[in-house]
Amino acid sequence: MLSYWLLATGYWLLATFFMTIEHIHTQLAAGETTAREVVGAAVDHAEALNETLGAFLQIDREGALGRVAEVDGADVGDDETAGALRGVPVAIKDNICVRGLQTSCGSRILGAYQPPYNATVIDRLQQAGAIIIGKTNCDEFAMGSSNENSAFRPVRNPWDTARVPGGSSGGSAAAVAARIVPVALGSDTGGSVRQPAALCGIVGVKPTYGRVSRYGLVAFGSSLDQVGVFATNIRDAATTLEVIAGRDSRDATTADVPVPNYTAELNGDIKGARIGVVREMFGEGLHEDVRTNVEAAIEAYRELGAEIVDVELPRAKYAIAVYYIIATAEASANLARYDGVRYGFRAEESGTLQEMYRRTRDEGFGAEVKRRIMLGTYVLSSGYYDAYYLKAQQVRTLIREDFSRAFAKCDALLTPTAPTPAFLLGEKLDDPLAMYLNDIYTVTANLAGIPGLSIPCGLSHGHLPIGLQLLGNYWDESRLFRLAHAYESAHPFDALPPIVAKPKR
Amino acid sequence: MPITESDITKLAALAQLEITDEERRALTPQLAAIVAYVEQLNELDTSAVEPALGGLTDEGERTEVARDDAARPSLGQELALDQAPAPANGHFCVPKVL
Repeated sequence: MLSYWLLATGYWLLATFFMTIEHIHTQLAAGETTAREVVGAAVDHAEALNETLGAFLQIDREGALGRVAEVDGADVGDDETAGALRGVPVAIKDNICVRGLQTSCGSRILGAYQPPYNATVIDRLQQAGAIIIGKTNCDEFAMGSSNENSAFRPVRNPWDTARVPGGSSGGSAAAVAARIVPVALGSDTGGSVRQPAALCGIVGVKPTYGRVSRYGLVAFGSSLDQVGVFATNIRDAATTLEVIAGRDSRDATTADVPVPNYTAELNGDIKGARIGVVREMFGEGLHEDVRTNVEAAIEAYRELGAEIVDVELPRAKYAIAVYYIIATAEASANLARYDGVRYGFRAEESGTLQEMYRRTRDEGFGAEVKRRIMLGTYVLSSGYYDAYYLKAQQVRTLIREDFSRAFAKCDALLTPTAPTPAFLLGEKLDDPLAMYLNDIYTVTANLAGIPGLSIPCGLSHGHLPIGLQLLGNYWDESRLFRLAHAYESAHPFDALPPIVAKPKR
Repeated sequence: MPITESDITKLAALAQLEITDEERRALTPQLAAIVAYVEQLNELDTSAVEPALGGLTDEGERTEVARDDAARPSLGQELALDQAPAPANGHFCVPKVL
């Protein structure tokens, strides 16, 4: 097989790894490759790099190759999105249920748990012809910004394996950045798709709250969680979102709002688009290389004909405080279900039921998850509810009002995605607050429910990728894609992580 | 109000977590620091502000989510028990309750 030959000769990187969805489909149509070869190469690549990167918790060679035959023989039918991802290898964060594979959420308490059903997004991916090659590593229950909270192993950044890939969807981000798969799914509760996308030099999209079904996504912060998409370029991200988006009767939070044809709207003119910039976001705490690259991107937009307007989000500075009350409160309730009774891990030799609950949860949950359950329990406990939880929900309203005022003056906001490029493993482990501040630019979108995306906008002096974030009004993903696509076309980010760019010797 | 080690003990019981003395010592200052940080919200007067509970957009609020109250196929007993740590005779088995 071609991929084996490539592996053996050290030129394995040439096989699928620079492939976009469009490349795959062009080559399939021309008979230059087969879905089996594309998927096989992705699995080979995933396996070859996993010891180094730790991006996957499970690689499903047999299942993926088995599905290829099914896809090849399938009837595309009339459905517009059917076949949109035909033969495309995809990686799925390990908190999204795929029938027949594990869903550990990066936690010992679920371990090798195998859900008996598919998440809606998985059904939709598979109906579109995508081939799932495995489940990706993540921070335990999606709680973290570095992927070091995985109960199994950390993920390493393909740009520098001493550094974190970001989190919590670090495995999905690393898998796309290392060109193992063109597309991966993650989840974004406070930035868990956009921040790792920035740190890994790829595209990451968090849709509007209610755009994508969470049926089969393991719940963390239910008023914040959205499934998001990773890709190497905007077109692939748009194609994938179009496949997974839309009302789902199994998730009552999905809204009855039509899903646009995102890819058809990519090439619109952005002349006259009003891009809002919040000057305070470029102050203290922002890494100098991030500042200069994001400011250069603002200039680039000006040259593309966009109008740059100053806007204010006066209450955005409270977002982290609001987030860590609401997200932990919701998590403490959502994680109450892990009790060792119906599925997953149960502690041995417990005398009573309550002892079994407590020991199961003590042994099953890691430090950060316990910390957040405790904090969430505290802010919801009798006597504190009004002071913390209700207060936070009121400030959340104020943050929503800030965005509503901002979007009266502009079409989209442009900010840095993360305050720094990828940091070293261990660097922030002992300081939860410092870790939380990584999400300072991303959490506001989850609190408001608006869509956001991150695209690469340059490299630091240390050769690490930097991301810029675009935030849009409700349901306005189309405009974000169009703006991002215009930037990407004018300023292609074609640098590759060394793990991909260097031929293996 | 500062968080003490005895608060942590009480919280752990409420959250059904068994924590060690070492964990208690580590968690107390960490939680205290986070709580002190979130108290900056008190700078804002929110007495007249509606809370944004639920997180839905206006379109989400308007979406009809009710369905007919009719039985639909479910997982079934075998599949529902398939991943249980201690299934027995079609039931979930747990240690004694009292």
